[in-house]
Amino acid sequence: MSARAPIRVKTLTIDGREVGAREDQTILEVARENNIFIPTLCNLPGLSNAGACRLCIVEVKGVNKLLPACVTRVAEGMEVTVNSERLAKFRRGILELVFAERNHVCSVCVTNGHCDLQNMALKLGMTHVHFPYQYPRMPVDASHERFVVDHNRCILCARCVRVCDEIEGAHTWDIMSRGVECRVITDLAQPWGKSESCTGCGKCVQVCPTGALSEKGKSVAEMSKRRQFLPYLTLMREGRR
Amino acid sequence: MTATQTKVRLATVWLDGCSGCHMSLLDTDERLVALAQRVTVVWGPLVDAKQFPENVDVTLVEGAISSEDDLHRIRLVRARTKILVTLGDCAITGNVSAMRNNFGANAVLKRAYLENATLDAQIPRQVIPALNAIVRPVHEFVPVDVFVPGCPPSADLIFSVLSELLEGKMPNPAAKFG
Repeated sequence: MSARAPIRVKTLTIDGREVGAREDQTILEVARENNIFIPTLCNLPGLSNAGACRLCIVEVKGVNKLLPACVTRVAEGMEVTVNSERLAKFRRGILELVFAERNHVCSVCVTNGHCDLQNMALKLGMTHVHFPYQYPRMPVDASHERFVVDHNRCILCARCVRVCDEIEGAHTWDIMSRGVECRVITDLAQPWGKSESCTGCGKCVQVCPTGALSEKGKSVAEMSKRRQFLPYLTLMREGRR
Repeated sequence: MTATQTKVRLATVWLDGCSGCHMSLLDTDERLVALAQRVTVVWGPLVDAKQFPENVDVTLVEGAISSEDDLHRIRLVRARTKILVTLGDCAITGNVSAMRNNFGANAVLKRAYLENATLDAQIPRQVIPALNAIVRPVHEFVPVDVFVPGCPPSADLIFSVLSELLEGKMPNPAAKFG
């Protein structure tokens, strides 16, 4: 007989609004439940929280630094600000750095018009990139039979890494190196087509927020991602536990 | 004469772009007639003047900066323009024009003028300006007042931006890149 621990409820405010939450929830989850928008590119319901993109930074009263809402647990009496001029400025800056770091040429991208990054730029009012573009030379790996990875368009959100590990259970994807050298890799940085662990399920392609992972045979603007499987699979597995 | 003086002096500049943004401007179709009542086009790819004029109210710039010639032109344009508008993704982000940054100008010239030429293959070195090593967006060289994204920006977007400018407002268009 295991006595189930009682669920504790915390009360906090988000932008002055009182909200209730379970103690194991993150600020981002609570905000979503209450239809309060916090921008994010790496978070995807059904996958673990990574804190990779930093777009979801929020202000918490009494804390000196900005905290990523996706990996910050709620606390009793917490006063959270998710919309302020300061946050908007920093979020735009983060987004601009993402654009400056690689070669996101939207006009000739397979996901043009269906891209989370492109939509986020519009949503956050990014008019242009204030930082000098880096124009790094990035490889494209088309060795897989059905899929392509274009590192020019990768934002290192690690959605592919998480879905492959947590949902498919293959852990083909991982992240290599640091800083500007940072890359997503398959197996031990082998060509995707040579990967022995990859099952070819394509979940990584569907959860990828940009045109970094795409299906072969898709031309400009033809690749829209299908993510319906994710909440469905998660729900079914939770039900089985 | 007085009529032209009250009109807004409009210029359009074509740097390293495909002219698609200019074509999109022309796609405003019959609205061009209404625009023509209110503006004087003092400079553009089809205007037969030798020097970019003084005292320009609004200049639309298509294309990125990819040569010293582009740079000289944009500096002159900036100095003589009140409101500088970058029109389209090449001017704002470098876009397709900047895709050669990864492999260099020489590779592009070789591909275009030697490998793909069927007759008298040679890289042109005279009259046309030499290419810079790296293509960059306009705002990295001169201050820009309005950014109109798109590849190309839609005719409706261009028209609404021009309409606002003619009403003395400063537009801040919400449109996606690409």
